[in-house]
Amino acid sequence: MGGVHYPILTVVTFFPLVGVLILLFVNKESKEALRRTAFVVTVVEFLLSLPLYFQFQLGTHNFQFVEKVPWIKMLGASYHLGIDGITLFLVLLTTFLTMLSILASWTIDKHVKEYMISFLLLETTMIGVFCALDMLLFYLFWEAMLVPMYLLIGVWGGPRRVYAAIKFFLYTMAGSVLMLVSIIYLYYHHYKVAGKLTFGLSSLLSSPVSASVAPWLFLAFALAFAIKVPMFPFHTWLPDAHVEAPTAGSVILAGVLLKMGTYGFLRFCMPFFPKATLHFSYLFLTLAVISIIYGALVALVQDDVKKLVAYSSVSHLGTVMLGLFALNLQSVSGGVLQMINHGLSTGALFLLVGMVYDRRHTRLIKEFGGIGRVMPIYATFFMIATFSSIGLPGLNGFIGEFLSLVGAFKTYPVFAVLGTTATVLSAAYMLWMYKRVFFHEVTVEANRDLKDLCFREFMIMFMVVLAMFWIGVYPKPVLQRMEPSVLHFISQVKGNPSVQIQQKELSSRAKEKLSMAAFAVENKRLR
Amino acid sequence: MMWLVLIVVFVPLFGAAINGIFCWATKRKAHLIAVPAIALPAVCSLVLLSQVIQGNYLDKVLYWWIPLGDLRVPIGFLVDELSAFMITTVTFVATWIHVYSIGYMDHETPRGYAKYFCYLNLFVFFMLTLCLANNYLLMFVGWEGVGLCSYLLIGYWYEKASAANAGMKAFVVNRIGDFGFMIGLFLIYKHMGSLVFSNVFAHAGDLGLGMATLITLLLFTGATGKSAQIPLYVWLPDAMEGPTPVSSLIHAATMVTAGVYMVARSHALFNVAPFSMEVVASIGAATALMAATMALVNNDLKRVLAYSTVSQLGYMFVGVGVGVYAAGIFHLFTHAFFKGLMFLTAGSVMHALHGELNMQRMGGLIRKMPITGWTFVVGALAIAGIPPLAGFWSKDEILAGAFMHGHKVIWFVGTFTAFLTAFYMFRLIFLTFFGKPREEHLYEHAHESPPVMTVPLVVLALGSALVGLLALAPHGGVVGFLNKTLAEGHELVQHEEGVAHVLMVVSVLMGLAGVAFAYLMYMSRLPDPEKMAARFRPVYTLLYNKYYVDEIYFAFVINPFVTGSRYVLWKFVDVVIIDGTVNGVGRLCRLVGGGVRYIQTGYIPDYAWMILVGAVMIYWIGRLF
Repeated sequence: MGGVHYPILTVVTFFPLVGVLILLFVNKESKEALRRTAFVVTVVEFLLSLPLYFQFQLGTHNFQFVEKVPWIKMLGASYHLGIDGITLFLVLLTTFLTMLSILASWTIDKHVKEYMISFLLLETTMIGVFCALDMLLFYLFWEAMLVPMYLLIGVWGGPRRVYAAIKFFLYTMAGSVLMLVSIIYLYYHHYKVAGKLTFGLSSLLSSPVSASVAPWLFLAFALAFAIKVPMFPFHTWLPDAHVEAPTAGSVILAGVLLKMGTYGFLRFCMPFFPKATLHFSYLFLTLAVISIIYGALVALVQDDVKKLVAYSSVSHLGTVMLGLFALNLQSVSGGVLQMINHGLSTGALFLLVGMVYDRRHTRLIKEFGGIGRVMPIYATFFMIATFSSIGLPGLNGFIGEFLSLVGAFKTYPVFAVLGTTATVLSAAYMLWMYKRVFFHEVTVEANRDLKDLCFREFMIMFMVVLAMFWIGVYPKPVLQRMEPSVLHFISQVKGNPSVQIQQKELSSRAKEKLSMAAFAVENKRLR
Repeated sequence: MMWLVLIVVFVPLFGAAINGIFCWATKRKAHLIAVPAIALPAVCSLVLLSQVIQGNYLDKVLYWWIPLGDLRVPIGFLVDELSAFMITTVTFVATWIHVYSIGYMDHETPRGYAKYFCYLNLFVFFMLTLCLANNYLLMFVGWEGVGLCSYLLIGYWYEKASAANAGMKAFVVNRIGDFGFMIGLFLIYKHMGSLVFSNVFAHAGDLGLGMATLITLLLFTGATGKSAQIPLYVWLPDAMEGPTPVSSLIHAATMVTAGVYMVARSHALFNVAPFSMEVVASIGAATALMAATMALVNNDLKRVLAYSTVSQLGYMFVGVGVGVYAAGIFHLFTHAFFKGLMFLTAGSVMHALHGELNMQRMGGLIRKMPITGWTFVVGALAIAGIPPLAGFWSKDEILAGAFMHGHKVIWFVGTFTAFLTAFYMFRLIFLTFFGKPREEHLYEHAHESPPVMTVPLVVLALGSALVGLLALAPHGGVVGFLNKTLAEGHELVQHEEGVAHVLMVVSVLMGLAGVAFAYLMYMSRLPDPEKMAARFRPVYTLLYNKYYVDEIYFAFVINPFVTGSRYVLWKFVDVVIIDGTVNGVGRLCRLVGGGVRYIQTGYIPDYAWMILVGAVMIYWIGRLF
C-alpha cells in the first residue's frame, strides 16, 4: 500500500532507538555533541516521516503502510502497524514537535546524555501508540511511554518535580490498569465468540460484547483516556505536571501525550462500544462543556503563565471531546484538527514561556510587564501563538474550533452554544495575560535588558508559525486526508446503514444547492 | 475582473508583509511602500466600480478553503453595487489617512513607524476582505482581522496602561458580539446548508419566521459589538487611546461601519424578519440619542468625536433597520468623509498642542491653524445636516425613510438627535477654535500642521462638502445605484414629495437651532454653561460619567467572574475539592499501607497463623457461593 517499498512505519517508529544507540557511544561530557546528535536524529526522523504524508492514498479509510508479523504466537499477539487519515497527522505532529523540542532543550545542562536518550525513547513510544493496531502492542507502548516522561519531569523538572512526576505516573497508571482489564476481557470474549486468540484491533472489533457488560468496559476505557485528555474532574495532575516539567517536556506533554487520550476515545473506546457511547454521550458532552468553561475560567485567574496555558489546554481539549461526541463529519474532523492545532499553538506557547524562563527563571505574570519593547521578535511570535490559541481566523486554531463547534451545533445546539463561550473567555484570559506580560512600562529592573531570541529560538518559532499559517489558510490537504477515516469512525459508532443514508441525503441536498449556486454564478458572469 | 479584485485585496497584505518583516530596513521610508500599497487598490476599486456601473458583476471562487462534506466554504469574492461602493469608500479614505499619517507619526521611532504602517496596511487588507467576501465565513475572517488590527493599533502606545487596557477591552467586547455572530452562522449553516451568500439569500424565504428572526438577531449581536451599539458600545470611546489617524480610519470611517455593511449585505434575511428590523432600528435610535447626550458634556476632543461616531452609527442602523438599506449605506459613505475629516483635524490640533485633548484649555485656535479650523467647520456643518453638505443628504434620506415607513417615534428621536449633534459639534468648535485662548502657553506654541497633513484635510473637506450631491446623480443617485442590490425583493415606500420637503425643512431647522444654541451658550455665554451645569447637576453628573455603564459592567459582570473564578473555582473547587480528593486517595493508600505494615512481623509462626486463617476464610467464602 502506498508507494513505499520498505516497512516505513517500523523505520519511523524505531529510528529514534537507533539514535539512542548512537548516543550511547558519545562521551557524556561533550554536551554540545550530544545535543547535536540528538537533533540530527530527530531531523532525520521528521524527514523519514514525511513520505507518510506524500505517499498517503486519498479517498480510503483503510489503514495504510500496514505491517503485520506474528509476535507472541502463544497469545495471538502480532506486531501490527498501520495508519489512517487521523493518525497520519498525529505521527507527523509527534515527529515535528519532538524535533523542535530537542532544539528547545539546548539549555538543559544537567545529565544531557540521559535527557536526550529519554527524549528519543519517548518519541518511539509515542509513535508506537499511534501506529499500533494490535491491542497488546498498543498497551505496551502506552505504558512504556510513561517511563521516559516520568523521568523527564522527575529529573529535569522544577522544585516540586518529584511530587508532580509521581502524581502524573500514578494517576495515569490507575486509569491504564482498568483499561488493561477491559482489553483482556475483550480478548477472551473474542476467543469465546470466534475461537481465536488475537489482540488484533479489527478482529476484536468484529465481536461486539453483550449490552450488559459493554457499559462497564466502556467506562473502564473511558476513565483511562479521560485522565489522559484530561477531562474535568480528572485534570488536576496536568497543571502540576506542566508547571514542573522542563519546557520540552511540557511541549510534548501538551502537544502529543494529551492527544493520546482523545485518540484513545476515537480509536478504541467509542468504536468498541458504540451503544454505550451513545448511551453515555450526554455525560461526556456535559463533561466536555464543563472542561471548556471551567478550564477557561480557572485559566483566567492564574498567576503563573505556564499554569495558565495548562488550564487553557483543559479548555481546548474539551472542544475536541465535544467534537468527537457530537459524531458528525464536521464536528469530528474539527475535533481531530483541533488536536493538531492544540499541539501547535499550545506547544508554541510552552516553547515561548520556556524561552523567557531560561532568561529570568520565573514565570509569574507579575514579574513581567513591558517585555514587548525589550524583546520585539519574541513578542511578535508570542502574539501569533496567542491568537492561534484564541482561534483567530486565518490561523490554524480557528478552523478546528469552528468546525467542531459548527458540527456540534448540528446535533447538540445547546452544548455547542455553551462551548462557543470559549471564544470570548479565551480572548479574555490570553489577552489579559499578554497585556500584563508584554504591555505597560518595564517595572522590574531585571527585565530591562533581556536579550531577544537567538537564531536557534527564532528558527523553532518560525517553523511552528509556518505550520499555523498553513493550516489556517489552506487546510484542505489535511481535511481531505482525514475525511474518509472520520466518516468510517462515525459509521462504526452510529452503525453503518442509517448514517450512510443520512450522509447521502445531506450531501445530495447540499450538492443540489451548490449546483444551483454555481449556476447562478455562471449566470451573473455571463450577464 | 478577478485580477483587479486580487490586486485590491492582496496588495495591502503585501505592503503589510514587507513593512512587517523588513521593518529594520524600511524604517522611516515605510510609507513609500505603505501608501502605494493602498493607492493602487484605490484606483483599482474605482475601475471595479465603473465596471459595476456598466453592469458587470463578479462572484468567483479563488479556491476551496474548507471543503468538508456538505460544508463547503470557499475563499471567494463578490463584486456588486454594494461591495464595489464599499471598497471605493474604504480605499479612498484610507489612502488620504495614510498620507496624513506620514506627518502625524513623524515623532515615532523608525521601527515603530514601520510597524504602524504595517498594521495600517494589514487593516485595509482585512477590511477589503470583509467587504468583498462572497460568504459569511470569509467575511468573518475580515471581521476578526479588522478587530485584530484595531486591537494592535489601539494599543500602539502600550506603555500607557490606558492604551493597553483599551486594546484588550475592544477585542474582548467585540468577541462577545462575535459569539452571537458565530451562533448565527451555525444556525445559517444548519438550516440552509451553506454559508455562501448567493445560496443563503436565494433560500432566505424558506426560513420560518422564528428562525429568520433568531438568525438575524444573532447577526445583529455581532454588529452591536463591531459597530459599537447598545449594549456593547463601551469599547469605542476608550479606543481613542490609539493614534488619531487610526481613530479616523478604523474607529470612524471604516471598521466600525462593518456592522452596518453586514446587516445591509444580509438584507435578504432581515427582510423576512420584521421583528429583527424593529430591533435594529430601535437599538440604532436609542444609541444615537444616548451617545449624543454623552457627547454634550464631555471635554475631551476625541471622545466627543467618538460618541458622535457611536451616535451616527446609530443613524445608519436606523436606516437599515427601517428598510432603507441604501440610505444607511449612503450615510456610511458620507460619514466616512466628514467624520474621518474631523478626527484628522483633531489629530492636527493634538499635533500642534503636544497631545492636549481637553478643549476647555483651548480656544481661538483658528487664528493659528486656519486650514485645520475651517476644514473642521466644514465637517461639522456636514454632520449637522446643513445643506448642501454631505451629511444633509444622507441623514435626510434616513429620517425620511423612517417617517415614510411609519416609524414616527424613531423619526422624532432621530430629528431631536440631529439637534443635539449640531449643538455638541459647534460647542466643540466654539470651545476649540473660536473665542479667546484659555491657556496662553498652549496657544503660543500652536502652529499649523505641515502640508502632508493639511492636504488630506482639504481633500476630505471637499469630499464632505460635495459627495452628498451624488444623491442628485442620474438614475436615483447613490441610493438608486445601491438599491439595485439592496432593494431586491423588498418594496420601497415611495416618498411623498410634499411630506418629504416638510421633513427636510424640519431637520435643517433642527441643525440650525443646534448651531445657534451652541453659539449662545459658548460664544455669548447666555445662558452660561457653568450655571447650566450647576443647575442641572444630577443630569450633568450622570452624563459626564457616561451613565456609569462601565462601572456597572465592572461591578456586575467582570468582577464576579474574576473573583468567582479565583476564589470559588480555582482555590476551592480545584485545589480543595478535586485535588484534595486525588491527594486524599493517595494519603489513604499510605495510611492503609502504614497500618497493614505491622502485620509483617517477620516471625514465621505469625505467617503460619495467617495462612491458616486465610485458608479457612477462602473455604467459607467458597461455601457461601
